[in-house]
Amino acid sequence: MARLNVNPTRMELKKLKARLSTAVRGHKLLKDKSDEMIRRFSVLIRENKKLRDEVELLLGDSLRQFALARSLSGRSQIEKVFSMPSVSVAADYEITSVLGVDVPKITLESKSVDGLPYAYAEITSEADASVEKINLAIEKLIRLAELEKTVSLLAVEIERNKRRVNALEYVMIPQLNETIAYIRSKLEENERAATTRLMKVKSMIENR
Amino acid sequence: MQGKTAIIGNGDSVLSFKAGGVDAFMVADTSEARETLRKLAKQYKIIFITDDLAEQLDDLITRINSEPYPIVVAIPSDTGSGDYARRKMTEQMERALGVDILFNKEEK
Repeated sequence: MARLNVNPTRMELKKLKARLSTAVRGHKLLKDKSDEMIRRFSVLIRENKKLRDEVELLLGDSLRQFALARSLSGRSQIEKVFSMPSVSVAADYEITSVLGVDVPKITLESKSVDGLPYAYAEITSEADASVEKINLAIEKLIRLAELEKTVSLLAVEIERNKRRVNALEYVMIPQLNETIAYIRSKLEENERAATTRLMKVKSMIENR
Repeated sequence: MQGKTAIIGNGDSVLSFKAGGVDAFMVADTSEARETLRKLAKQYKIIFITDDLAEQLDDLITRINSEPYPIVVAIPSDTGSGDYARRKMTEQMERALGVDILFNKEEK
């Protein structure tokens, strides 16, 4: 490991010691953060998968129902009744922070208008069922959206954090340690040199 | 807040989402989908996209998904579900943990 390019002086030694203690403390904190993020991530990704399976099942179901409804009425009629939604997805979009990572948080508000976006006389009951199912699916989809995004943002942050931890652990801290050891030995060497010089001078004076 | 969710799809399946209050955008091909997604990303909070399209717009989706909003979610289309979302999950898992904790287990 390369040592830092500094002068072997007491001033530098003091400075490096301070840097080392900061680096060690930072390393510990980041490591703890990383552990906690990984724990949360594994919980979230399991949940994510469960919800996705659920949603895909539900959605497949509702799409089939829709296909059925469509086959029972004309295309133009279907398009007419489905194009005028009486409900809209109402939700509150916020950003919260999970361990310093900004993640979306969506609160679904209860739908203001219950019922179907068309008159009953207009179309078959298959369409009713299909609308009902899709409404259910959309609620879950929004929860899934939030979860999926959280997981993906967390994954990026975990990776970034891991790199930081490794940089500290395998580059920064060994480098500082080595430089400190180098300065120490250099200073001791100087001290010994000074002592021998004094002894030498003393004996020269005595011999005169 | 209204009109904050959208769906991009290439089939009739997007029509059923419209009844649920999601703004539906039908696209014919990939380049049109890319254009639409780029435009919608500025206005909508959640964009659903059928996974056959998501597969082809992966680069753009990855870029959009690096911010908290908007959220792009792949959904199965009427022709059946692809494995786009599942692959993404595996990828994220491998990046974050280094191991696959979900799908390996099932195979055993």
